Amino acid sequence: MATKAFQKIYTKINQITKATCSLKATGVGYDELATVNGKLAQVVKMVDDEVTLQVFEGTGGIPTNAEVVFLGQAPTLKVSEQLTGRFFNAFGKPIDGGPEIEGEEVEIGGPSVNPVRRKQPSELIATGIAGIDLNNTLVSGQKIPFFADPDQPFNEVMANVALRAKTDKIILGGMGMTNDDYLYFKNVFSNAGALDRIISFVNTTENPPVERLLIPDMALTSAEYFAVEKNEKVLVLLTDMTSYADSLAIVSNRMDQIPSKDSMPGSLYSDLAKIYEKAVQFPAGGSITIIAVTTLSGGDITNAVPDNTGYITEGQLFLRRDSDIGKVIVDPFRSLSRLKQLVSGKKTRKDHPQVMNAAVRLYADAANAKTKMENGFDLTNYDERTLSFAKDYSNQLLAIDVNLNTTEMLDVTWGLFAKYFKVEEVNIKKELSDEFWKK
Amino acid sequence: MVTKGTVSGVVANMVTLAVDGPVSQGEICYIETGGDRLMAEVIKIIGENVFVQVFESTRGLRIGAKADFTGHMLEVTLGPGMLSKNYDGLQNDLDKMTGVFLKRGQYTYPLDKESKWHFIPLAKKGDQVIASDWLGQVEENFQPLKIMVPFQCEGTYTIKSLAKEGDYTIEDTIAVLTDKDGKDLEVNMIQKWPVKVAMTNYKNKPRPYKLLETGVRVIDTLSPIVEGGTGFIPGAFGTGKTVLQHAISKQAEADIVIIAACGERANEVVEIFTEFPELVDPHTGRMLMERTIIIANTSNMPVAAREASVYTAMTMAEFYRSMGLKVLLMADSTSRWAQALREMSNRMEELPGPDAFPMDISSIISNFYGRAGSVSLNNDETGAITFIGTVSPAGGNLKEPVTENTKKVARCFYALEQDRADRKRYPAVNPIDSYSKYLEYPEFEEYIKEHINGEWINKVHEVKTRLLRGKEIAEQINILGDDGVPVEYHITFWKSELIDFVILQQNAFDAIDAVTPLKRQEEILNLIIDICHTEFKFDDFLNVMDYFKKMINICQQMNYSEFGSDKYKDYKKQLESLISERKVG
Repeated sequence: MATKAFQKIYTKINQITKATCSLKATGVGYDELATVNGKLAQVVKMVDDEVTLQVFEGTGGIPTNAEVVFLGQAPTLKVSEQLTGRFFNAFGKPIDGGPEIEGEEVEIGGPSVNPVRRKQPSELIATGIAGIDLNNTLVSGQKIPFFADPDQPFNEVMANVALRAKTDKIILGGMGMTNDDYLYFKNVFSNAGALDRIISFVNTTENPPVERLLIPDMALTSAEYFAVEKNEKVLVLLTDMTSYADSLAIVSNRMDQIPSKDSMPGSLYSDLAKIYEKAVQFPAGGSITIIAVTTLSGGDITNAVPDNTGYITEGQLFLRRDSDIGKVIVDPFRSLSRLKQLVSGKKTRKDHPQVMNAAVRLYADAANAKTKMENGFDLTNYDERTLSFAKDYSNQLLAIDVNLNTTEMLDVTWGLFAKYFKVEEVNIKKELSDEFWKK
Repeated sequence: MVTKGTVSGVVANMVTLAVDGPVSQGEICYIETGGDRLMAEVIKIIGENVFVQVFESTRGLRIGAKADFTGHMLEVTLGPGMLSKNYDGLQNDLDKMTGVFLKRGQYTYPLDKESKWHFIPLAKKGDQVIASDWLGQVEENFQPLKIMVPFQCEGTYTIKSLAKEGDYTIEDTIAVLTDKDGKDLEVNMIQKWPVKVAMTNYKNKPRPYKLLETGVRVIDTLSPIVEGGTGFIPGAFGTGKTVLQHAISKQAEADIVIIAACGERANEVVEIFTEFPELVDPHTGRMLMERTIIIANTSNMPVAAREASVYTAMTMAEFYRSMGLKVLLMADSTSRWAQALREMSNRMEELPGPDAFPMDISSIISNFYGRAGSVSLNNDETGAITFIGTVSPAGGNLKEPVTENTKKVARCFYALEQDRADRKRYPAVNPIDSYSKYLEYPEFEEYIKEHINGEWINKVHEVKTRLLRGKEIAEQINILGDDGVPVEYHITFWKSELIDFVILQQNAFDAIDAVTPLKRQEEILNLIIDICHTEFKFDDFLNVMDYFKKMINICQQMNYSEFGSDKYKDYKKQLESLISERKVG
């Protein structure tokens, strides 16, 4: 961003912390961008003529006589069809060696959709993974994170979901992603021949952490362009939101704000909600669906980041390694899609909701039986049957390597019911078991 | 003279203004920026410096921007025309806003100035009246709405003139009142009231005792709430708070339902917008939306307006209560409201209380719950506000300030349990931890005796005891093993499972099972208690489970069948023959 002739240059910085610096300046707007010796910064606090800037790259190397220029606007992104197939950094600058984008310049982090102008999401997003489609069906316009420990293959699952889902655009927002993961996504997308519908905004671990704060807004601003202007179905992948929250904590800490739970800023809920609530189904047909990743430490979901996220998103997907079958499964207990009832049994076969619940209930019985077994008690015949059922269910349906359509998934489940149980043990509405029970 | 201010500091939505005149705590001002007028509320005053929280994004706001104070606190505009409206937290009519996105600084009038209302006088010329007395009545969506003496009036007034029966707009003068000094006051249908001040325009507030039927068995049967009562639903995410709250608001027997979606998911609000207009009120047969007002302040809307939204909703409820109506107010979730308070307290750099919430969180919560209740009005009519709030405790841990402080004031507690939700035992209300203090009220007992039967409360207590006993036995079986306990223990355990599956669990998505009228709840309770009192003969614990699973299955099929239908009777017969198989004596 070049300096323009009439812009005033400030050269006296009063205070520098690791992420912020402050100086005396006038005529500055809140949220406005500035450059400090060419480094991009944003106004985060103004008291009289003292302006505090958050420097995205970090303040290392900034002298007290650095040149500060205010740019008169909040961060923007140029949006047009040219975005498609390209890779950008957190500032929306190309990192794939291609040309700059031409298009309409819009401020990122724009206003929210009027809730009465939203449409109720009602389109199923099929992923082929039964742990998702059968138990936790996704719907367009939904926002849902994977809760996973860092060693779990969430990026692989997410890439699979993105490629199988029938969407017009896939927008990847990578925050604190390792360079290897970035290359993984790039390869998977180009090998699948899907690059023509993918846009990526990436901040890798090699980039300064505070820059990450711009990634979700950049990704979602471009998503809004395609969903509103072009009425397209857009899927936004955000990985990893925990890194995003860590950056929020860094900035609030440098600004001497009183931390609330787990050293996170008190505004964490609102900060995350602003991002996730961009997921929407527009009446004109366009939609934004957000699938995110929130990494956990040691599976702890009471930490402020997953906890606040859980209250904002429409469910969560848990990945877990099932030692009985040696595969990663989508945990049916802790996973939940809150919008599933909008499609399950409506866009899918009518037995879907009851079959899903019955299977999970039996799987829960198996978990009890397992506890009993581990405590050294005799198992009843029913216990033994639930254990065998659980193993098959895990292997044939919950595992992330499954790729079936929902009708096949339901048939497989009925098959397992009939293999191990009597009708009355399964507890399903009689009309349904009369029709679907495998004899 | 209007006080003016100049912006001297900005941190997110907290703005500091230097003012040139008197300002009061809670006063509303408008800050000009780039052609937009941003509404803000005074939250702290230090000398000339006034701290305000802005209800909108402060992007682009500059030092030196001008602000005008309005001289009044945050208030709502009350009158006919609010039912079935969708408002934001500041009572802007969302449907009147243009465009898909919410524009900053766009405020819309909450009522309709054009519509005419058919006014019927209730008072007459020469009557002595005081604030909130009923002057006349109009009808909106079949609800009789009262036109009242302005709430702010002090002392006694004489009606100098009153409009004749006829059609009037909300701005037409319908009465002229003369105060004791002979000064005239023109009255129309519009009332204004500051949201953070409780309305106390009633004679007294007796203890509530009338059962509020919700159709949810685990509430009505086990832990009933009453008209004018207070309750709260804490639960970790995914335990079904919202589904339960929606069920209550759809089914409860109330004249007016106000739903405050406070900092919650937009898609959930859209669900209400989409579903409510389709739903029929089971009690009146009319559309549910006709008696409903929705206050939508979703989590991505400005945080200060979120704080205001619950007050806006409560003030509207108080307005209808003054008309002698029964109001049900639902807030989802009060934790988001508390978090909004925390964010502001944090920005003001106040010393934090527990979990960084403001120190006075406890009194803020108790004052708010205190505004609910059943009242006798000055004309001896009664009105009620039943308030049910959800709480979203961090990490599902109930030992956190919002849950603990709410527990001190709310009389009903519906604890949603992760373990029950994991096992898909919905609604996941833990029957042992949950309680209703109203069960202990002698007035309530009397009421139940008259309206249901004299045995009811004893049976409810028995169900609770059995559930507790069932839980204890389950723990013992876990320690000692299935054959480590006598067969009778298995029978007792499975009787408690029967109660769990047939009374507690209820399918909110099944057309019939979703709502259980009180008559039907009475029958189920009697049926289950009778089974519990029946002695069964088993030689081996293995048969106990099979037998009771069969029984549970039949009872659930009954729950899915229309009450009294042939199918229902058929299942009932099957149940009877199953019971006789093993019955002793």
